[in-house]
Amino acid sequence: MSGPSLMDSLFQRSLEDIIKGLRQQLIGEQAFISKALEEIRKEIKSTDLSTKSTALLKLSYLSNLHFHDLSFAAFHSLEVLSSPRFSHKKIAYHAISLSFHDSTPVLLLITNHLRKDLNSTNEFEVSLSLQCLSRIANVDLARDLTPEVFALLSSNKLYLRKRAVAVVLRVFEKYPDSVRVCFKRLVENLENSDPQILSAVVGVFSELACKDPRSYLPLAPEFYKILVDSKNNWISIKVLKIFSKLAPLERRLAKRVVEPICDLLRNTGAKSLLFECIRTVVTSLSEYESAVRLAVGKVREFLVDEDPNLKYLGLQALRIVAEKHLWAVSENKEVIIKSLSDADPNIKIESLRLVMAMVSEHNVSEISRVLVNYALKSDPVFCNEILGSILSTCSRNLYEIIVDFDWYVSLLGEMSRIPHCQTGEEIENQLIDIGLRVKDVRPELVRVARDLLIDPALLGNSFLHSVLSAAAWASGEYVEFSRNPLELMEALLQPRTSLLPSSIRTVYIQSAFKVLVFCLHTCFVRGGSIVPSASLNNLPAGVSASVSYESFDEFSVENGADASVVHGQTCASAPITKESIVNLLNLVELALGPLLGSYDVEVQERARNLLGFVDLTKPEVLNSAVQEKDDSEGKGVETSKIIKLMHDAFSKELGPVSLSAQGKVSLPDGLELKENLGDLEMICGDLEPPSSNAFSFGSSYEQKDGLSFSNLQIKEDSEQTNESTSLLAEHRKRHGLYYLPSGKSELVSNDYPPANDPTLQGDIDDNADNLVKITAESLVPKRKSNHGKPRPVVVKLDEVDEKHVAMKKPESRDDSLSGAVRDVLFGCEDAPPTLSQSNLSNKLSSKRKGKEKQHTDPHAESKENVIDDGNSSLRRKDHSHGKERRHRSPRKKNAEERKETNQKEKEKSRRHHGRHKSRQRAEEPLKVSAQTPVIPDFLL
Amino acid sequence: MIHFVLLISRQGKVRLTKWYSPYSQKERTKVIRELSGVILTRGPKLCNFVDWRGFKVVYKRYASLYFCMCIDQDDNELEVLEIIHHFVEILDRYFGSVCELDLIFNFHKAYYILDELLLAGELQESSKKTIARLIAAQDSLVETAKEQASSISNIIAQATK
Repeated sequence: MSGPSLMDSLFQRSLEDIIKGLRQQLIGEQAFISKALEEIRKEIKSTDLSTKSTALLKLSYLSNLHFHDLSFAAFHSLEVLSSPRFSHKKIAYHAISLSFHDSTPVLLLITNHLRKDLNSTNEFEVSLSLQCLSRIANVDLARDLTPEVFALLSSNKLYLRKRAVAVVLRVFEKYPDSVRVCFKRLVENLENSDPQILSAVVGVFSELACKDPRSYLPLAPEFYKILVDSKNNWISIKVLKIFSKLAPLERRLAKRVVEPICDLLRNTGAKSLLFECIRTVVTSLSEYESAVRLAVGKVREFLVDEDPNLKYLGLQALRIVAEKHLWAVSENKEVIIKSLSDADPNIKIESLRLVMAMVSEHNVSEISRVLVNYALKSDPVFCNEILGSILSTCSRNLYEIIVDFDWYVSLLGEMSRIPHCQTGEEIENQLIDIGLRVKDVRPELVRVARDLLIDPALLGNSFLHSVLSAAAWASGEYVEFSRNPLELMEALLQPRTSLLPSSIRTVYIQSAFKVLVFCLHTCFVRGGSIVPSASLNNLPAGVSASVSYESFDEFSVENGADASVVHGQTCASAPITKESIVNLLNLVELALGPLLGSYDVEVQERARNLLGFVDLTKPEVLNSAVQEKDDSEGKGVETSKIIKLMHDAFSKELGPVSLSAQGKVSLPDGLELKENLGDLEMICGDLEPPSSNAFSFGSSYEQKDGLSFSNLQIKEDSEQTNESTSLLAEHRKRHGLYYLPSGKSELVSNDYPPANDPTLQGDIDDNADNLVKITAESLVPKRKSNHGKPRPVVVKLDEVDEKHVAMKKPESRDDSLSGAVRDVLFGCEDAPPTLSQSNLSNKLSSKRKGKEKQHTDPHAESKENVIDDGNSSLRRKDHSHGKERRHRSPRKKNAEERKETNQKEKEKSRRHHGRHKSRQRAEEPLKVSAQTPVIPDFLL
Repeated sequence: MIHFVLLISRQGKVRLTKWYSPYSQKERTKVIRELSGVILTRGPKLCNFVDWRGFKVVYKRYASLYFCMCIDQDDNELEVLEIIHHFVEILDRYFGSVCELDLIFNFHKAYYILDELLLAGELQESSKKTIARLIAAQDSLVETAKEQASSISNIIAQATK
């Protein structure tokens, strides 16, 4: 072994050699590295520590900058660590903090090395060890080394003390129980006069306060003193951070700190401190108008500064202000708008967000106009950023800020034509959503859709396909508003539609179907001999029932004058003659014939549907075209019926469906839902009842698909669904209920009123009250009637949006740390903690135990900890109950136990009275039974 | 707190990495690739902050080197810029008008300096003089040890042991 070792150490390549070698390798870098690694693998096994350490140094270089795995050398680094030489230790610590992680197998072996170095007389060794601990600490390490860190917290070498303070944060995080030991000393360091130590302590508290500010309120007086006295900007910044967390929790505190912060704001020359003051004011002291004014004044200075950093931060600060003080944004409007064309994308985005914050229902159209112009000019990324934010702002809260929907729909159309537009899907969703929700906008929607559809150039842009799909859907669904359905039909069947993906083609075909039915209907049933209103009365009973429930027809009948004008115009601008119908049918056959062989089943199926319909009607249409009108009543009556049926099926209005639609269904007499379900549960065990199954399927489907395709599909598939849910159908038939929002199913079972039928709304609202009583759920529909306003009614579904917000709860934090801190702090401050009493006695007694041990023999405790490695809370129980009262029977009542412990502790504390004053203080809360935390009246 | 420190050259070569939060080797490579893509492409007169995965990365270019530090959302960007500058000044003082080559060949020394400056992701020492003194003291410790170790007699003594 000695031979190669000698050779190794004499001829070993140093780190410098490797670096030089690497720099000379222009191409074969990888080969060079792997050769070097091979050498290192050999060298690192050497017994000579300097050879080994050099190898480790080289390895950590390669690992650090060339990302080679260092884990194989984990044990070797431990060996180097045991070297007495400082230079070796340094290399080893470096390698370890680089490569060790929680699952490194040799992590267990490092504890003693670290402990030895933490107790070393060489301060640099201690420092290295602390550094390493801060990086690799896990629960065990943190627990085992707590005593050492605790000792260092009051080291008389300032260098070590400040390092220990910084490391203690990591120890707390990993092992919260260490708080009980170290916290007091940490707090003592807050009064240290050395700025470096103070900076470290304040740094620790600012991190801690981020996680759980409430626990640190009792320390506010100390922080306040630092805030007022400190001349060091690093410290001031950290203290401000702490106050920005504490101030919102306690009004008196906010009142107290607002003045000193404003003073800082006025007087400081350092930009970083100034910015921290601004941020503190705007985030946490926003109710102090004068302070906010002052801060916004400073923000303005930032905004007009040359330095892009300040500009960016200024914009960011404004964004925080905007939530509560919108005036601050409008005051700086010019700068913000100008920043939209800044060279820096970050600044542009920041200013865009601010512009969006300014949007209200009065200025939305102007701002959108400006932004769309910017979007036209700017680069693709920012363009989409703009479009995205317009879309999200305008659609917020169900288009809250939109008054003029006609304008908005045409804006959507315009936006989709912007060359870089990639927000097609969002536009698609909104077009459809608006179509469903806002009745008055449909004529304009159809116009916009038509403009999009007839432009063959758009079909080539794959980003627009989803918009086109929405356009096709809207023009099919609301074809009655179209000025020229024939033109629409041509657009839907144009040859370039072959460029569309098949999922969208299906929408096109389906829409073409609807348009065709509409044309036929107008031509033969309505535009023909019969007057529309008369046709309604002449229909067979079943159909007429369905028609009378159709909201659209109702709409057209009730607002008869209006609707007939629309239709009159339709006929005037594009009269649908029999010839044009024949042409139309030919066009359909021509365009869709080839699709019968399509590979996509959906396309094929829809094409077949449509062609089937054409086959059915064409002979008669031709017939009636040849013979004149007078005959059509006799022979074409079958066709008319079919057309009528199809038309009725399609003109059934689709609406957005609420998740709580089920809740709106009235409960018929004699149906005891609860009892039945209870029985079912008993019978079927965990099987769900069929009705609830079917319902949840329907609604979730609707919601997920953003109400777009699903509507169509449900229509198509309703026959099949009916088969599978025949049980449900039976049920419905019996009780006259309507659950699922399906269109076509009207044909089969058209005597059920739709869930969102306006005529039934009153009933439903009434019934909702009953339902609330029955289900004890707050699903009351909140349909706000916006009658007086010119804004069209937007159909709102009650819970969907609100529920999501409500369900968002503050994430549960791991509060073992904060619990521990609270314990210690409130113990110190004589304030009763929030914990429940039984918990409290446990914790306090264990704390006492811990402390006592700490004072007497820290090593004993750490040893003990190594031994019983189990659950810490379990262990704590052992301390408090098992040890002190082992003779007691374990099945005593809790209260009694508490009392006992209490007494015992009192006795003990009396005995140790002189030595442990703090302990007796900790006793206090036990006597007080208050449950709410009383925050000490600081600063008063 | 600072989550990591990166020094990247203009060509995208990594000159120094220091991780204060746990990142696996794979994540480290990914982070560096991502960030150098973002930062190196930014023009010279733009702001020094980048939003990245819910964190903020503050970077500053000195000659051919980009110094990057990743911080939490509510940390102070300007403060971190000052820390970066502070670090550069200390390097400058230590190496005597520092350049990229100094950092390449003395990579471990740059680390030791950084370790004095930052601990557990927080600023430890804001005085340049103190850091210079600490580093000098440690250097002399290392040197004496090295001299002992590298004397031929020592090597022979070890080898024949």
